[in-house]
Amino acid sequence: MMALTKNQALEPAKQPSSIGMPLLHKVIFLVLLAFLLVLPFMVYPVFAMKVMCFALFAAAFNLLLGFGGLLSFGHAAYFGGASYIAAQAAKVWGFTPELAVLSGTLAAAVLGLVIGALSIRRQGIYFAMVTLAFAQMVYFFALQSDFTGGEDGIQSVPRGDLFGLVSLQDNISLYFFVLVITFGGILMLYRIVHSPFGQVLKAIRENEPRAISLGYQVNRYKLMVFTLSATFAGLAGATKSQVFQLASLTDVHWSMSGEVVLMTLLGGMGTIFGPLVGAAFIVSMQNYLATFGAWVTIIQGFAFVIGVLLFREGIIGVIARIIKRPL
Amino acid sequence: MFELLGIAPQVLMGQLLLGLINGSFYAVLSLGLAVIFGLLNIINFAHGAQYMMGAFVAWMLLNYLGIGYWPALILAPLVVGATGVLLEKLALSRLYKLDHLYGLLLTFGVAVILQGFFRNYYGISGLPYQIPAAMAGGQNLGFMFLPNYRAWIVVASVIVCLGTWFMIEKTRLGAYLRAATENPALVGAFGINVPRMITLTYGFGAALAGFAGVLAAPIYAVNPNMGADMIIVVFAVVVIGGMGSIIGAIITGYGLGLVEGLTRVFYPEGSAVVIFVIMAIVLLVKPEGLFGRAA
Repeated sequence: MMALTKNQALEPAKQPSSIGMPLLHKVIFLVLLAFLLVLPFMVYPVFAMKVMCFALFAAAFNLLLGFGGLLSFGHAAYFGGASYIAAQAAKVWGFTPELAVLSGTLAAAVLGLVIGALSIRRQGIYFAMVTLAFAQMVYFFALQSDFTGGEDGIQSVPRGDLFGLVSLQDNISLYFFVLVITFGGILMLYRIVHSPFGQVLKAIRENEPRAISLGYQVNRYKLMVFTLSATFAGLAGATKSQVFQLASLTDVHWSMSGEVVLMTLLGGMGTIFGPLVGAAFIVSMQNYLATFGAWVTIIQGFAFVIGVLLFREGIIGVIARIIKRPL
Repeated sequence: MFELLGIAPQVLMGQLLLGLINGSFYAVLSLGLAVIFGLLNIINFAHGAQYMMGAFVAWMLLNYLGIGYWPALILAPLVVGATGVLLEKLALSRLYKLDHLYGLLLTFGVAVILQGFFRNYYGISGLPYQIPAAMAGGQNLGFMFLPNYRAWIVVASVIVCLGTWFMIEKTRLGAYLRAATENPALVGAFGINVPRMITLTYGFGAALAGFAGVLAAPIYAVNPNMGADMIIVVFAVVVIGGMGSIIGAIITGYGLGLVEGLTRVFYPEGSAVVIFVIMAIVLLVKPEGLFGRAA
């Protein structure tokens, strides 16, 4: 309660109440949901599931960067780490899909808590370097330990039966499983951003010394948002391992950490819908430009450079500025 | 007398030498990062790519133009430094008014482009580069065999590190540089062209990375990924040492190389991660880094 009143004092008066979803956002979410319900009948469902997993991943990353103001360069550790645990759970321990995803997510949460507790001891660019270094440690672990299968990864993970009842062998039924997880995850992230907790985060991002002087335990908030972000990144990674029936080194590699930064940057950091658009954009680009081989990497590098130099607001950021509403 | 814990002296000394060589690269690379960071306040993510580029330029000079190792040791850093100057002029200089994280993101993009470019044209299998004839062979020190080229790497890196340290701490140019680090506006008011100094500093940092790349070319295969793997470890080195002091960056670089070498003797599985573990401990005990100023 105390935190709520304090944080309202921090809020500029002209902003509308953050409690309850604005009509515009409600409409967008409903349209998006309607679109996603028919999508698997229009495009290849596995492609659509990949987009949704990355959308959740980018949204989770955006919670940390866009709303917490912390640039982590090691989010692949939670995404990939969770995908390994979920794959192991489904394949070796014989877990049902929802339990496999849950165990991967939990593992990411614990990993995020530990790495976050160490990383928030440094700020700014040091923070980015520290998170990157720890992620590399996770990468080496995945490369060297036995259960992860080294270069091969964990392959042919069974899709299993949801709650032990509903078979997910079929792409369409798996699609709706993934839809519930990712859409639910994104709604939860929305709720976190617009909660009193989210408002305190905003205050810390805008003016950390002032937030400290108002009596907030800034480091606790940072650790909390780091852990939450890692958890949702893990949820995305664990789900992805069920879709592709594979956990591999690609998911823990530093280039994956870079990709999620790019998705968030292009879509618009600090916006609700930006990361989703950015993820859809990048995954589609990788998909449709796959014939160009390694050029895709170079194009992504240029997208990074151009995005930083000329397009820092991102796609949704620009739209939000034009229609003068937060998106 | 060298029989330490049942480990043969050859093994111990060999690994220590390997560690010292890795440490030489850590020292030169983290020195370049520290120099750039001091004036520009950005972390140069492209540093690894510039190191890789130095090795590739040396390889190209040899294979396309027939220019050997010794001239390449000067030419390749100049080429890499020139591309650094260009990058600073065209792109980085537009970002100084923004959050420093944008500099990190921009240089990351540049690193991805460079790496993708070399991977496209030269593959990832790695290209061989001969050890220069003058440095072939080695010395028998009685307790171990010391290849000449490896000794040269250590000597060359020490010379470059000490030279850079001397230039920054003891010369007039270095004094300008340190002054501009403290207060660029005031230094500019004294009639010194600070933007040009910033550009040249970035070029110099990139050239240092290129120099390390040429040194590395004969012992590691010239490979597009060589920089990325190296730079993340160097970031950890920089976090451990703190970027406040030039000499700190150098000492931390060599020291951690030796620690890594020792780990390879006593616990080989841990050698890939020992620097990251040390980083975690330093973050717990002295978060600002061993030589760092309080954040």
